[in-house]
Amino acid sequence: MKLTLPWLAAHLETTAPLATIAETLTRIGLEVEGIENPGDRLKGFVVAHVLEAKPHPNADRLRVCMVDVGTGSPVQVVCGAPNARADMKSVFAAAGTFIPGKNITLGQGVIRGVESNGMLCSAAELELSNDHDGIIDLPADASVGMAYASYARLDSPVIDINLTPNRPDAAGIRGIARDLAAAGLGTLKPLDAAPVPGHFPCPVSATLDVPAHLCPKFALRLVRGVRNGASPPWLRDRLKSIGLRPINALVDITNFMTFDQARPLHVFDADKVKGGLVIREAREGESIVALDGRTYGLEPGMVVIAASQGIESIAGIMGGQASGCDETTTNVLIESALWDASDIARSGRKLGITSDARYRFERGVDPAFCEPGAEIATRMVLELCGGEASELAVHVPPGFAPAPPRIIAFPFAETARLTGVDVSAQEASTILAALGFGVAPGIGPGQAQITIPSWRPDIEGKADLVEEVIRIAGIARVQATPLPRLDAGVARPVLTLLQKRRQQAQRALASLGLVEAVTWSFISQDHAKAFGGGAPALALANPIAADLSDMRPSLLPGLIAAAARNADKGLGDVALFEVGQVFLGSGEKDQRLNATAVRKGDAGPQGAGRHWAQAAQKVNFDDAKRDGLALLAALGLPAQNLQLVRGAPKWFHPGRSATLQMGPRLVLGYLGELHPQVLEAFGVDGPLVAFELTLDQLPAPKARATRARPRLEMPDLMPLKRDFAFTVDRAQAAGDVVKAAQGADRTLISKVTLFDVYDGPGTAEGKKSVAIEVMLQPRDKTLTEAEIESISRNLVAEVTRKTGAVLRG
Amino acid sequence: MSDTLYENLARQTLAAINAASSESELEAVRVAALGKKGTVSALLATLGKMSPDERRSAGAAINGLKDDVSNAFESRRFALKQAALAARLTSETIDISLPARDAPFNAGRVHPITQVMDELTEIFADMGFTVAEGPDIESDDYNFTKLNFPPGHPAREMHDTFFLQPDAAGERKLLRTHTSPVQVRTMLGQKPPIRVICPGRTYRCDSDQTHTPMFHQVEGLVIDKSANMGHLKWILEEFCKAFFEVPSVNMRFRPSFFPFTEPSMEVDIQCRRDGHDIRFGEGSDWLEILGCGMVHANVLRNCGLDPDEVQGFAWGMGIDRIAMLKYGMADLRPFFEADVRWLNHYGFRPLDFPTLAGGLSG
Repeated sequence: MKLTLPWLAAHLETTAPLATIAETLTRIGLEVEGIENPGDRLKGFVVAHVLEAKPHPNADRLRVCMVDVGTGSPVQVVCGAPNARADMKSVFAAAGTFIPGKNITLGQGVIRGVESNGMLCSAAELELSNDHDGIIDLPADASVGMAYASYARLDSPVIDINLTPNRPDAAGIRGIARDLAAAGLGTLKPLDAAPVPGHFPCPVSATLDVPAHLCPKFALRLVRGVRNGASPPWLRDRLKSIGLRPINALVDITNFMTFDQARPLHVFDADKVKGGLVIREAREGESIVALDGRTYGLEPGMVVIAASQGIESIAGIMGGQASGCDETTTNVLIESALWDASDIARSGRKLGITSDARYRFERGVDPAFCEPGAEIATRMVLELCGGEASELAVHVPPGFAPAPPRIIAFPFAETARLTGVDVSAQEASTILAALGFGVAPGIGPGQAQITIPSWRPDIEGKADLVEEVIRIAGIARVQATPLPRLDAGVARPVLTLLQKRRQQAQRALASLGLVEAVTWSFISQDHAKAFGGGAPALALANPIAADLSDMRPSLLPGLIAAAARNADKGLGDVALFEVGQVFLGSGEKDQRLNATAVRKGDAGPQGAGRHWAQAAQKVNFDDAKRDGLALLAALGLPAQNLQLVRGAPKWFHPGRSATLQMGPRLVLGYLGELHPQVLEAFGVDGPLVAFELTLDQLPAPKARATRARPRLEMPDLMPLKRDFAFTVDRAQAAGDVVKAAQGADRTLISKVTLFDVYDGPGTAEGKKSVAIEVMLQPRDKTLTEAEIESISRNLVAEVTRKTGAVLRG
Repeated sequence: MSDTLYENLARQTLAAINAASSESELEAVRVAALGKKGTVSALLATLGKMSPDERRSAGAAINGLKDDVSNAFESRRFALKQAALAARLTSETIDISLPARDAPFNAGRVHPITQVMDELTEIFADMGFTVAEGPDIESDDYNFTKLNFPPGHPAREMHDTFFLQPDAAGERKLLRTHTSPVQVRTMLGQKPPIRVICPGRTYRCDSDQTHTPMFHQVEGLVIDKSANMGHLKWILEEFCKAFFEVPSVNMRFRPSFFPFTEPSMEVDIQCRRDGHDIRFGEGSDWLEILGCGMVHANVLRNCGLDPDEVQGFAWGMGIDRIAMLKYGMADLRPFFEADVRWLNHYGFRPLDFPTLAGGLSG
């Protein structure tokens, strides 16, 4: 919403300077987004008198002009405009002036051998219109040397208010003036909305053929015998000052009323409307060429104003071109109506029309100002265009009674309850009255009956009145007051187990050298499908881009795509992780928190890239396993409870992937090398390894009564080590050998370390050699050779029984 | 035997000891002198055959000779060992300029959003706030209707909502446009007093330098029997001081409009802009950082609370935005592009965990 000081002064008697007005507007909730003076862009342009215009010696189309710019000595300017002629008044810019329409700063020039010390300008060069056919032709009485911005009255600062949707009343300058007056910045001037006497009944009928709430009131008046033409300068200037284009007096009056009073009106050329008007819903297949020249297809649910030859106007949104007013209009129909806010919003949205009328109707126009708006507009028409007015025909749906004024019982203490500021009953009453509220004594002490003005649809309850009081009294009066702790003493822990695990996971993964990314929650449908997602229930109806269309089923696609983007930028191989939400369905219990990491190419645990001490190694399964197990350990999951089961979902390499689980059913996640076909689809060079864990799946630690650790046993006896080498089938998991060895004597075998796996030359076909180191921890006495021998025999027997391994000789 | 003989033997043996250039040569000399058949050992053996008088005079000389030779041998052995060690150490000299591998915990980073969320948690946990969360896919009811956005209200349109496809029952879910539905869930799920912050991902169909279709918000909610705008102002001031790590801030509250609060306010913070640096607690610019207000009576009613019995306030701000203000990122979009140059530069080392005791950013 834009306004200028002269326009504001038409409603507000004030001596406040611009800065005070702007500061006050922001303070009372009409936030000033900017103050711009269009004159600032026209610095250096002055009114000039062309003294002579001679043909250019070297160019037929150019003229050499001597120009009086008010400095006393005429300036020579070369000009190419066809209308440049001696004795005209125009606009001059000296060298060094910034020309907004050309986005250049004018230089000194020699044009075809003749010196040119400036420029005579077109309206397009000043960005005042699109007219670049000739230089500006000013009236003969224009004062030479005067700044053009002042001459053209383009030097009023424009205040731009970022209007909140709850204040339709402030979509008119009068409403803003009322707020400023209440804030103590002046007095609101009286408004003359007295009825204009009608000389004859309105001859055009209007039939309301819609449910009553869609058009509670429709006022219509004919003014005959008008002369339509350009508006007087004051009106043109006013519209131009806030960026509106003057068209003709009748149209300008409606635009003026929209911004002056937040009362959108429509004018029809009565001679172009055949028959009576019918307010009805549009029918399937109907369309209209609107005032913006575009054709709009209409549909049922959209309210229109129709006459016998078709639809004349889209109610409350935009009029039709066919019955629009132009210079030939001699009989004009003025419409002032009430429409339903949500219906206008819905129709406007469907049609894609954003008009000043729609803006106001969908926020709520003052229902009590329907007739006064028509009267004010009629008076303006009579003043500017002459003519004779009919009576104002006011059509209301049968049986439709206007809503009575709303009254709220307001205890004045409510302001202190919500704001902590003690505003006296007297001050609050004064503020409310200044804003147009009716204040009457209420039931009981400290209470008032507050009548809500018709132009404030946003006021519903006590809290709204508190806001009115405090915004005018001053929010700065609110004093910061410490909020007491709920329980005294040291702050208690607040995080849930999952929230804490999320924090720990992020720090743990970064400690492994992985870099945290935050990627989009939505991915392309192809990517979603490749990772088990892409269900219709998780597809966006209105994605912002085709590749951000489906809620992600996994963090992998986002991270793999991110790894690919980094590689495409030449940033090498990356190790990335994300801890974030994935979506199994659209239900509120279908969201999971995953922790996922990827390592691409040579970005192994040692760090990416080549290093002098060690050739760069490609990432492999073990790196993913190490990351995944390290995370689980950091989150307090004992490794001995975990199982690694061969195989993982289809996006993993079938032979180099595993499922992490606890027990046969509780799946925590997956890890391994990504399937080469998946990588190919992403355009990624492999290998790429990853793990993905679902943090919600991790069991909670056992609750314990105290924080004390279990007692630690540290035997005094020296542990001893024995090595065993087995030959075993190549397909046999070496981990089973270790497990079998561990199980051979749970008391004395304290640790089994796998230190060699070999299946090269020297091993039998289909076999491999697996070597382990076994640590024996004597408990209460030193072990004898015989005892050690016995344990070893048991161990070998157990390993052989479980895995078919044979001890190598 | 004469003293001269001893002297000659001593001279020869000591010369041989000094001439030895390695521990093995030295050992050969030792064996030749002090070994079972060594020259000095042979002399010692002669003592047994001497008369007591001879023994008295020769004994001292021979034992003296033996001691001299032994001492010379030990000191020569020590010198040779030192020399050998020095030579070995010299030969072991390496190029100290060869680059070391970065420690993994120095190479890794956490995202600035994570860091800022952890900072927020630290600050508000100290003030007794718990952290509440809710699903990203929300119902229209929780995201809008319960929050006093009437159907068809223009304020809904300002939210540029992402919708999912309608389900079989015709219900159209949406991606939450703010974290306010978590407030609704909290009020429906727990009795006052309530003190929560609700951080999380939010979505709007909008994209430019300062808007991305996905972003992060944190909201706060306090409900009890007396919480008013004075308390709200205090909390926000304390938060801003703690978060921006400045001794004082100057805040400006402006009346504004949100459907779910009444009265509603926007809050500006005073700052000085210095290139792309922003300093808080000084300067003359105002920067909008959050919206807040007293929870609307309709919202309380929609959540089963009586607005004449309980009252409270809520506020909300962009996590990405306050991260940008504090840590100086100029553009929002790279937050979600995962460019490792950006993550390495603006990310945080994993051990830089923010604590109130140690200072949020160390």
